[in-house]
Amino acid sequence: MSAKTLYDKLWDSHEVRKNDDGTSLLYIDRQLIHEVTSPQAFEGLRLANRKPWRVSANLATPDHNVPTTNRAEGIADPISKIQVETLDKNCQDFGITEFKMNDIRQGIVHVIGPEQGATLPGMTLVCGDSHTSTHGAFGTLAFGVGTSEVEHVLATQCLIQKKSKNMLVRVDGQLKPGVTAKDIILAIIGTIGTAGGTGYAIEFAGEAIRSLSMEGRMTISNMAIEAGARAGMIAVDDTTIEYVKGKTYAPKDEQWEMAVQYWKNFHSDEGADFDKEVILDASCIEPQVTWGTSPEMTIAINEQIPDPNQESDPVKKEGMKAALKYMGLEAGKPINEVLVDVVFIGSCTNSRIEDMRAAAEIARGRKVADNVQQALVVPGSGLIKQQAEAEGLDEIFKEAGFEWREPGCSMCLAMNADRLEPGQRCASTSNRNFEGRQGQGGRTHLVSPAMAAAAAVAGHFIDASQLAATSGSDVSGSAV
Amino acid sequence: MEKFTKLSAIAVPLDRANVDTDAIIPKQFLKSIKRSGFGPNLFDEWRYLDHGEPGMDNSNRPLNPDFVLNQPRYQGAQILLARDNFGCGSSREHAPWALEDYGIRVIIAPSFADIFYNNCFKNGLLPIVLPEETVDDLFKLVEANEGLKLTVDLEQKTITADTGLKINFELDEFRRHCLLEGLDEIGLTLAHADEIRQYEEKQKKITPWLFNE
Repeated sequence: MSAKTLYDKLWDSHEVRKNDDGTSLLYIDRQLIHEVTSPQAFEGLRLANRKPWRVSANLATPDHNVPTTNRAEGIADPISKIQVETLDKNCQDFGITEFKMNDIRQGIVHVIGPEQGATLPGMTLVCGDSHTSTHGAFGTLAFGVGTSEVEHVLATQCLIQKKSKNMLVRVDGQLKPGVTAKDIILAIIGTIGTAGGTGYAIEFAGEAIRSLSMEGRMTISNMAIEAGARAGMIAVDDTTIEYVKGKTYAPKDEQWEMAVQYWKNFHSDEGADFDKEVILDASCIEPQVTWGTSPEMTIAINEQIPDPNQESDPVKKEGMKAALKYMGLEAGKPINEVLVDVVFIGSCTNSRIEDMRAAAEIARGRKVADNVQQALVVPGSGLIKQQAEAEGLDEIFKEAGFEWREPGCSMCLAMNADRLEPGQRCASTSNRNFEGRQGQGGRTHLVSPAMAAAAAVAGHFIDASQLAATSGSDVSGSAV
Repeated sequence: MEKFTKLSAIAVPLDRANVDTDAIIPKQFLKSIKRSGFGPNLFDEWRYLDHGEPGMDNSNRPLNPDFVLNQPRYQGAQILLARDNFGCGSSREHAPWALEDYGIRVIIAPSFADIFYNNCFKNGLLPIVLPEETVDDLFKLVEANEGLKLTVDLEQKTITADTGLKINFELDEFRRHCLLEGLDEIGLTLAHADEIRQYEEKQKKITPWLFNE
């Protein structure tokens, strides 16, 4: 038998049938559901008088619309409230398990799946959300779907799919101190571009990826979609299995032993063929800051904002000019001189316990700079919030002048009340710096949790490792 | 789903690469629990000069005269000409819903983001991929000829115009068939219900933990 990639193995083990036209019927083991992309799917089921194929394969939670303050008072925005109540009603009517807004297990879908063991290696997982690629970190075939496909999976537990091509992104060697998973993935997107992975399923591999914790791996897989790839997988190893062990929905006892044996096969075989390979040297990756309105517009913290006039491709050049105009930036300015107004630490990219710890490490004993109007920390789930509080991280943040909030998507996409005002500049640990993403006219710079916390205390972008070296002293520097 | 066979319409050129689904339909409109009514808020932040919120009377809002959709010559357009990586970002199907509700039935671009591309076919929208130079020529042709209608024929897989233009395009046979017939994909899959059950029985032995209730 010929050597297979991780993606080939996941695909082959879930193929119910091959159709004559080159598509396949693919079995979906798990669907995660949230309030924004599901109401029309449930409505579709009702209209066609259909029932969910396998109720227990679904798990739901509200995350996009939920407020991050005053949960006891409910949702103030009447339209958001209807959407969350609609999810509650749909889950109740169809018998789907839901972690409701005031449940300690509620959180961002892509955080709670892994946290509960609802995400397992070797499975297929979908959700009506593009950041479903996150779960690929477990050696899982996970991808975002639209609402029609949410309905399709509810009704049939399958999807009609055409297989993507295989792409390997290998990050060799070791990271420099202070460089994180977020910097790796931004550097990858900066290298291959936001459409570099379109039509491909990416496998992330190499020493630098293997060395990451599951939290770090999830950050990498999460942003595969920002490189255009619906799925971004990482092979199963001891780190994966150790993380999954003991989780609520993980197999137990004999099933656990059986599962571990099964999962160990989910890696690419020696000599497996990839349609495209990209290799990066980890030691060359610096802490990243995006400067424009696309995640590929990223530079190292010690670099200057690029000049569109140096770009030969006319469409790209126009894109760069439009981005600079929107962002209110000038070419040639060092990024570490750019002042920030708002800091957001959270989102399905960076709201896990390690992210909280990394940001708290920088915030400890320091104060949010005077020019920073708001610094938000939004944990990814109620359980992460609880753990962070047990470790005293909330106190560190609050003492430094950060706001400690309830879990949800929050300012990553500003569907709730957390949003930027026009012209405000934000250091954000989220995944998209698109125009208006964090609020109309808002300006987003994507960074790691440590870099976001460092920007909060310095008032401008700064290499977090420079801060880590000092401790709690004045770091505002001479930025203008 | 509405069928798509043939369409003759004005094409509106949107000259930007990497148009993301946040731009196609901003997040505040995603709070709707309906599938329709998104058309007036298509490209909301580019199309209007004020900030849009759900429930507003869009007919009274100030239009951005510079935005191409607002130009008188492109009113009634049902074909959208676009650049690389159209529809990137969020998986929101509200993006094709908004395009369809506005009246767009065909989008022509050098490349599309995967999830958006897929979502189009579930909603009777035809996304056509053409080489960059061909798309570039179409931009020039449309901009130079006010009122020009393009004819998109899915049976023949052609784009024509009375300037003598004729372009052939390719499309996956399954998707073409579904669009031409307006087929319900769920119904198609349920025709294989026995095979799905057989697969589940086989998997229950290999991965029983995935079938714990």
